[in-house]
Amino acid sequence: MGDTEKAIYSKTTISHRKDLKRSNRLGEFLIEKTIFLIGTTAIIILGLIFYYLVSTGLNVFATVSVSEFFASIGWFPVSSNPKYGTVPLVVGSLMVTMGAILISVPIGIGSAIYISEVAPQKVRTVLKVIIEFLSAVPSVVLGFLGIVVLSNWVRITFSIPTGFTAFTGAILVSLMALPTIISISDDAIAAVPKDYRDASLALGATKWETIRYVLVPAASPGIIAAVMLGVGRAIGETMAVLMVTGNAAQIPDTMFTSVRTMTATIAAEMGDTVRNDTHYFALFAIGSMLLFMTTVINTIADYVVTRGKKGGR
Amino acid sequence: MGKKFKEKFAFTILALITMCVIIPALFIFSYIIYNGIGTISLEFIFGSPTKGMTEGGIFPAIIGTMSLIVGTIVFALPLGVGTAIYLVEYAKKNVLTKLISLAILNLAGVPSVVYGLFGLGLFVLLLGFGSSILSGSLTLSCLILPIIIKSSEAAIKSVPNIYREASLALGATKWQTIYKIVLPAAMPGIITGAILGIGRAAGETAAILLTVAAFFLPRLPDSIMDQAMVLSYHLYIISSQVPGMPDAIKNGTALVLLGVVGIFFFAATVIRIKYKLANRA
Repeated sequence: MGDTEKAIYSKTTISHRKDLKRSNRLGEFLIEKTIFLIGTTAIIILGLIFYYLVSTGLNVFATVSVSEFFASIGWFPVSSNPKYGTVPLVVGSLMVTMGAILISVPIGIGSAIYISEVAPQKVRTVLKVIIEFLSAVPSVVLGFLGIVVLSNWVRITFSIPTGFTAFTGAILVSLMALPTIISISDDAIAAVPKDYRDASLALGATKWETIRYVLVPAASPGIIAAVMLGVGRAIGETMAVLMVTGNAAQIPDTMFTSVRTMTATIAAEMGDTVRNDTHYFALFAIGSMLLFMTTVINTIADYVVTRGKKGGR
Repeated sequence: MGKKFKEKFAFTILALITMCVIIPALFIFSYIIYNGIGTISLEFIFGSPTKGMTEGGIFPAIIGTMSLIVGTIVFALPLGVGTAIYLVEYAKKNVLTKLISLAILNLAGVPSVVYGLFGLGLFVLLLGFGSSILSGSLTLSCLILPIIIKSSEAAIKSVPNIYREASLALGATKWQTIYKIVLPAAMPGIITGAILGIGRAAGETAAILLTVAAFFLPRLPDSIMDQAMVLSYHLYIISSQVPGMPDAIKNGTALVLLGVVGIFFFAATVIRIKYKLANRA
């Protein structure tokens, strides 16, 4: 590279320059193609993940009927008469996710409004750093705290026999979904054009009225996307849920009983499976279900944001 | 009075709601630091676990985590930065570009345990790397790729076009411009993304559960084909799989893990503040 540059700046003959251009052109061509190949990595990886999970998971239907897998309520993969009904696991995941979302959506949107519109500049910076660090806390650390602190608190507060419940999991997962919801909602509110704010204030609205009737509605596509990404995060959360939800593959009556989620099932049971037996395939099939759920959620969230951007301005 | 009072009331409620996030967050940090700090000693950091992990240190797990981090970044950084260069500098507005963006977005949302399954199926079994640091690094690099792409993309985009035009006008080729002008200018943002990705990889558990982690291996890994103990997985097993572990060991391990992740987080934050980068990748 250094030589070519020197050559460019020195007084070279025209033929020299032509050679140079040709070698440059070949180099540029190769680089462009390489960069292009690298650019497609994300598609290749996502494609491989889908292909690998689905093609492996589908093998489960060689021994287990589709209706048993999706519609029966017994998950006993290691009994002598194994049952592979995923309903309790799906219900477990949905309960934890819904609990987490019920907690984190109001708190998340409220905090995002406070941080982006109400808090003074310095407070705002500090709050943002704390929330970002919360998002960096490994889920296994939250799970650890769930075991030593939160599960005891839940057991004593609600006077139930065990603190390892769907509710405990929901609280931990909400802590993980909150940073996502807050930072994306915050961005959405901050992206509302200043004209909107000025116009509302000029018409005599208070700051709160402006937030409530102008900013939040204008930012709503972004806020909806934030909530959806929070849902995606919650469904996929594994370690904390594995550690505190009690791991009972049953259909729960209330939030205060033990459940087992889809993610926790994969993490807990994969180590005990034999490669290419029904249990192994069943866990890949559960993985495929998770993959489809999160992909649909993320794609819709993206669509909502892009459409909001086009329509809103 | 009505309007002003209403506003004050609303803002107070919002402040209280925000405290519902901030207080648990601060509790998490202070609990881990307060309870773990007493365990931290040279012996704990640089010793090997003994007596079924109930005594001794966690050095093999720290080294395992470090090797994974290095392996992960070696794969993820070139691919991530390359993708970002393609998207900003070369890609045309077409279906393929839209697909790439959609793939990146969806990769970011794939649950970590699904990455674990994928790594187990592809790297551990099909490609025959076994349960090893190599398999774990490859799996983790897929997992942090979206983080690195997004932050590098933002960094490269934020380089003013004037830089590119000036370079091209002086006769530099497109690649020379990217390599000598755009990338150096985007470097703080790229480094920040890399550090955030590393932090994520260091704390990740579900993805390595199936691809690298050894339950108990009180020695250091010999090569990238070796299994290894990893801090995050170690914390998982001692806090929920092995009964009767002393609290001191658990608290100490949690603090070391949070500390490792925290160091990367604060490094990234300092660079961001210094270069006044956008607040998030």
